[in-house]
Amino acid sequence: MKQNKIICVSCPIGCRMTVQSKDGKITSIIGNACPKGIKYAEEEFINPLRILPTTVKVIGGELPLVSVKTEKAIPKRLLLKAMTEIAEIEVKAPVEIGQVIKDDLMGTGVSLIATRNIKRVDFNLRS
Amino acid sequence: MKLEYDLVIIGGGPAGLAVALEAKRNSVKDILLLERDKYLGGILPQCIHNGFGLQYFKEELTGPEYAERFIAKLNDNQIDIKTETMVIEVTTNKRIIAINRDDGLLHIQAKVIVLAMGCRERTREAIAIPGSRPAGIFTAGTAQRYINIEGYIPGREVVVLGSGDIGMIMARRMTLEGAKVKAVLEIMPFSTGLIRNKVQCLDDFNIPLKFNHTITRIEGGKRVEKVAVAQVDKNLQAIPETEEEISCDTILLSVGLIPENELTREAGIKLDPVTRGPIVNENRETEVEGIFACGNVLHVHDLADFVSEEGEIVGRAVSEYLKRNRKFRPQSIKIVPGDNIAYVVPQHIDFNVPGRKKIKIFMRVKKPAERVRINLLDDKGRVLGSYKKRIVTPGEMVSVYLPEVLLDDKLKNITISIKRD
Repeated sequence: MKQNKIICVSCPIGCRMTVQSKDGKITSIIGNACPKGIKYAEEEFINPLRILPTTVKVIGGELPLVSVKTEKAIPKRLLLKAMTEIAEIEVKAPVEIGQVIKDDLMGTGVSLIATRNIKRVDFNLRS
Repeated sequence: MKLEYDLVIIGGGPAGLAVALEAKRNSVKDILLLERDKYLGGILPQCIHNGFGLQYFKEELTGPEYAERFIAKLNDNQIDIKTETMVIEVTTNKRIIAINRDDGLLHIQAKVIVLAMGCRERTREAIAIPGSRPAGIFTAGTAQRYINIEGYIPGREVVVLGSGDIGMIMARRMTLEGAKVKAVLEIMPFSTGLIRNKVQCLDDFNIPLKFNHTITRIEGGKRVEKVAVAQVDKNLQAIPETEEEISCDTILLSVGLIPENELTREAGIKLDPVTRGPIVNENRETEVEGIFACGNVLHVHDLADFVSEEGEIVGRAVSEYLKRNRKFRPQSIKIVPGDNIAYVVPQHIDFNVPGRKKIKIFMRVKKPAERVRINLLDDKGRVLGSYKKRIVTPGEMVSVYLPEVLLDDKLKNITISIKRD
């Protein structure tokens, strides 16, 4: 029997829940005030997912970086590894919001996309 | 060059953008938006994290994406925009003095002015932390700009003071970029940020959050070398025996935001001592007719979504004002903060609006409480309305709808109080 503590983020109450499990299967969830808690605890227990927002280096842009995010949430355990892969990427300006910066990030099937526009300039206008 | 406008908006962040678009939709034709930065969007472009738009667009966006939704529409709308333009004075007869590199000194006459200058972070000086004065002490928002816009890492070993949302978000951001965040310290016994941020920014990366703790001393020569931290007692005074040292090269401060009201104050517009923003009626009109305020210059909001909503209230109100299409109540009704209420916005209700069913009142509580009732009381202490809330916390703005039918012509005050249910 294993116990995991999970805080629900569905609303400001922030229920502190306990998930009991055996051989990776949930046997009980307690501490939730509403059904949203159950759904959240199950997702967090089985495969916690997070959207990863970060930045990517831009060549020839009005700014040195473009903000990006994973188009969908990816497994939480991959976040730090994804950061080291994203650190290698460079993209040429101009960049358009929604543009795919990297396909299929680390085999997750999720793309990394730009979250803003970056114009092309001949020199770097750092403010 | 055009120097007369029906509407001049000062500030191109989420508040100013929403005002411009909503005023335009309500047939205000002659609009000028002034922004001191090179780009529109205010703080949004550096808030690269997700969590924006869930209320307003019913979809989860990052800060830059949220800003772009508004900016794209603005460009279609032919609203005059001047960026890199700094307003240096506003007068009660609605003249604006501004400067920029291309036009030099500008004297602009407006029929309506909207103040949408946003807020500023409290600094080390504002909270007076003792110790030496080395490099490496940043407000969380400054560090955010360095990392997300300019591409610099402010440091490698970090202590964050304050568990506000920006502090927690920056703890995660620094961790993702390879820094070690040693602790987040919160002087209060509760977090002032959203639970979601506590879980996804701190717990996800095993960053310790220490309640009832503060920095008592900063040490370092050229650069921060360590901080002394201690637990605080009930009066928020450090307990010397609990003091310990944490070595670090960087301190990020997330210790509150202050509405940026220098222009407002110099114009002689009255401010609320608690919100530190102007005192306004339900249209977000200050005590000077035709000068409105919205967004974080008025009171600090938790979510950009609420700022946009407030900007739209002002956009519609500006249109009504210009059409001379409003009717004052026989007397203004004051909304007074009562038990466990730090402040309310708006502070008074001035108009009779045919067909209006309710007025949304925003408030911030002083202390967290569970299973409470928010009571609206008249001059004699009679309960006009009562609303159940499962939980209230200072980190999340609370709102109630005040039904129009309750607004009697003789009513002078409505006191809002929170009581345990």
